[in-house]
Amino acid sequence: MADIQIERVRKDFGAVRALDEITLHVADGEFVALLGPSGCGKTTLLRIVAGLETRTAGRIVIGGRDLSDVPTRNRGLAMVFQNYAVFPHMTVYENIAFGLRMQGADTTRVQAQVKRAAELLHIEMLLDRYPAKLSGGQRQRVAVARALAVEPPVLLMDEPLSNLDALLRLEMRADLKAILQEAGTTTIYVTHDQTEAMGLADRIAVMHGGRIVQFDTPMAVYGRPQSTFVGGFVGSPPMNFIKVDVTGGQAKLGALSLPAPVASGSVLAGIRAEDFALVERDKGLPFNVLVVEPLGSHALMTGRVADQIIRVVAPPDTAHAAGTEIGLAPVQQRIVWMDAGSGTALGRSA
Amino acid sequence: MTRARTSLLPYLLLAPSLLFLAALFLVPLLQTIGLSLTENGELSPANYQRMVGDLNFVPSLRNTFVLVLVVVPAQVVFALAMATMLQKLRLGRDIVLWIWTIPLGVSDLAAGLVWLAILQDRGYLNSALMALGVIDGPTPWLTYETPVALFFSVVAAEVWRATAIVLVILVAGLQLIPREYAEAAEVFGARPWTIFRRITLPLLRPSLQTALILRTVLAFEVFAVVYAIGGRNFPVLVGEAFVWQTDNQNTGVAAAYAMLVVVISLASTVFYLRALRTPPEQQP
Repeated sequence: MADIQIERVRKDFGAVRALDEITLHVADGEFVALLGPSGCGKTTLLRIVAGLETRTAGRIVIGGRDLSDVPTRNRGLAMVFQNYAVFPHMTVYENIAFGLRMQGADTTRVQAQVKRAAELLHIEMLLDRYPAKLSGGQRQRVAVARALAVEPPVLLMDEPLSNLDALLRLEMRADLKAILQEAGTTTIYVTHDQTEAMGLADRIAVMHGGRIVQFDTPMAVYGRPQSTFVGGFVGSPPMNFIKVDVTGGQAKLGALSLPAPVASGSVLAGIRAEDFALVERDKGLPFNVLVVEPLGSHALMTGRVADQIIRVVAPPDTAHAAGTEIGLAPVQQRIVWMDAGSGTALGRSA
Repeated sequence: MTRARTSLLPYLLLAPSLLFLAALFLVPLLQTIGLSLTENGELSPANYQRMVGDLNFVPSLRNTFVLVLVVVPAQVVFALAMATMLQKLRLGRDIVLWIWTIPLGVSDLAAGLVWLAILQDRGYLNSALMALGVIDGPTPWLTYETPVALFFSVVAAEVWRATAIVLVILVAGLQLIPREYAEAAEVFGARPWTIFRRITLPLLRPSLQTALILRTVLAFEVFAVVYAIGGRNFPVLVGEAFVWQTDNQNTGVAAAYAMLVVVISLASTVFYLRALRTPPEQQP
């Protein structure tokens, strides 16, 4: 077991700064997701931790040991790759045993560890097969078993579920969480899928443009985004940002008047789609329903508030149809106020 | 009607090349078989008997085999090393590859003459050695009295001339192997040599097979380079076929030699196809 200290890590590709002074501390046994859109630098950061990519500046310290200039093979890590990288010319057994063999483990230990890892991932019956005969989900399990067989202090995962179909991804996600909770391995998990990050991680580091823009628990990242980027990227549908005018410390939302963190001017009210109560038109923020999508567990309504498009979650049996106009009453304590210019969160009181 | 035409189309498009091969490969092959097995219009093993009984038969057979056994492995080792080095280059990879493949554009007779210019009595090698004081005067390397020097001269010329074709095949093969395999092996603690031996080499097997078949078959047909450098001081099978055809005016024995080369080439191809087969379940 080990903690991971990423200290002021910078990466330049020529004139392009891919990572800008990243500092991140992953506690022992913690599961941290690096979440961000493609090109945000999350995979580069993971590869720098693994030593597969060089860094321009900064340090990587794992379990108190400075590994910045230690070659990959001596870092004692395990990694699961996006394309699995399960060796096609080796049986499943030999794939899982690979790391152990490289460590020079004796036959008894190899057998015991392979068996344990295979049982954990439910692939005991596949040990004699070659990867070409396996489905994507099974290959993914082999890749995870190969990583866990060495009982690594640190596990790195690079978009491990992105090549699986939706149903399999859901299943694998739950399995992964259970397995890694049991193993207690310190894990960094790269993903662009916010659902995955939310569901799996103890904490999420949201990355954007080579920086970590927020590092917090999933619920905090979801409920209290520190910028419009985080609010828009995390959560589906993305957070609504309604531009409102403030006078005398009060924000005017249709018939409602809410205390705002600034005295006057223009702010953004960040409100999640599910944080609206549906009320009569003249008792809240007037909302012009344009589209209603019945999604089973709820209905997603898209409509217009003043000249902005926002999304609202309604009960599945909602009677409101496209073309009607209703009122919205936001749950006041869940509103995240953002600066209209910079898009960063404002304090909760002025 | 339309469907019938569509299903015929591939065969129609293939037909010219098949006809071409039949006319210029299959027919001559059958004729050569016929020539080698007949004398004065009658079926006879006489040509083969004459070939086997010839003074140069055993030396040429031995020389050809020893040459193949030395040249082909050397070429594969060199090409593997060169291809691996190319993989590590970040800049200028294409230029280095281009320079390395220049010998491919030189005809084998010209290549032989280049090496003759280097290795003959008053060639570049002797001039250099004399300048360095290693030898006192022009020293012959390419006579029947210096068989070892002559042999290694032929080896050097062949390696120089034809390693690039192996290199090109292996470079293409290496590019087909996703980088993640080596990275995964590295993460799990494999050293560079282990990665090469346990990951790269097995995954390169299909390309190695292609390169070996091509190179071995061509190596058994070695002739022009040997002829330019050593003449008949270093007899080889195809050289003997040439001598029987031109000097001795005996097409029958020449055909027997040609058939022997065909059989050896086929056998080596079958050998590689079996020995380096990638089972379907191990294909990526």
